[in-house]
Amino acid sequence: MQISVLRRGLLPLLAGALLLASCQEEPRRLPILGERDVRENPKGGPADTIFATVPAFRAHDQNGQLVTNQNFAGQVYLTDFFFATCPGICPKMNGELLKVYKQYGQTPGLSFVSFTIDPDHDSLAVLRDYAQRLGAPTNANWRFVRTSKDSVFTLAHGLYTAAMPDKTAPGGFAHNGTFALVDDQGHVRGLYDSLNPTQVQALLTDLPVLLAEVKERQKKS
Amino acid sequence: MSFSAPTALRWLVPTIAVGLTLLPGCFTNKQHQGERLYVQHCAGCHGEQGEGLGRLIPPLAGSDYLAGHRTQLACIVRQGLRGPIVVNGVSYNQEMLGVQDTATHRHLSPAQITNLLNYIEGHWGNHPGPAGARTIAGTEAELRACGER
Repeated sequence: MQISVLRRGLLPLLAGALLLASCQEEPRRLPILGERDVRENPKGGPADTIFATVPAFRAHDQNGQLVTNQNFAGQVYLTDFFFATCPGICPKMNGELLKVYKQYGQTPGLSFVSFTIDPDHDSLAVLRDYAQRLGAPTNANWRFVRTSKDSVFTLAHGLYTAAMPDKTAPGGFAHNGTFALVDDQGHVRGLYDSLNPTQVQALLTDLPVLLAEVKERQKKS
Repeated sequence: MSFSAPTALRWLVPTIAVGLTLLPGCFTNKQHQGERLYVQHCAGCHGEQGEGLGRLIPPLAGSDYLAGHRTQLACIVRQGLRGPIVVNGVSYNQEMLGVQDTATHRHLSPAQITNLLNYIEGHWGNHPGPAGARTIAGTEAELRACGER
């Protein structure tokens, strides 16, 4: 009697487990975020889907080096937007990025970029001092960069980060603590709220997934 | 003369009943208010264990600044802090905002500040001042001294 109940219960369970296992064979892929455009193929055949990419930028880092999109071609990078005198969320946000850096900072093909949204105040010397005070590595793949006001706000928009001057906000800028994960082709593949521990954890599990995808792609080409 | 069993019971029942109605008072949320306020308002920058962040945000754990500025702490919580300070031999110069309730944008009350500071001064190698734990009256006096109430 008992055995038959067990059997009846176990068999569907086993079947379910087998089905689940087969679902997992396909590696997880992060979605490509943002707008997409479908263009007809002039030669016929299936249409091409064009995904939005990060707007072009030209900035300088805390060591005076020029930084553009080209620096990250073929690389994965993680961005945030901050300003050095920010009394609100920035220390927490960059503290979280520092934790991610400590875990993944030595990974080849991965960079970190923190854009200042207050280029009037944050000179390269201020950025260098900030990076040192935060405890970020000095000569490495975490760049604290400064570009023009116009381009940094366009860029923030392109990376789905809310940032704008606001006299009523602490420090004079309203912004959120978004981390954007960008792939080797300039597509945004993940957005994470740095103030939410669950989302930071999601980033830590997403990072190796994206790095593996890029590695696979580069192996093929 | 000894109590008969029914007499003892007659007293026991009301005693237990009164005890049970009073007990929940000992377990209100207020008991851990200091810790909750710390997690909500301070831990983001100063760290869950008061460890601070590099040379940007000073530590609260084992901080000589706390011990040396006891009577100003209530005002710092209320008004924030600007300008350079030295904590445990390291200089810091990052603006701190006065603590406000994020939902209501109201200042913390003297009672809340008292609980918060008692929590901070009772943890991570810090010590309460020579007079012992803070009182609400003491916090109110400190706040008056910097023009707050």
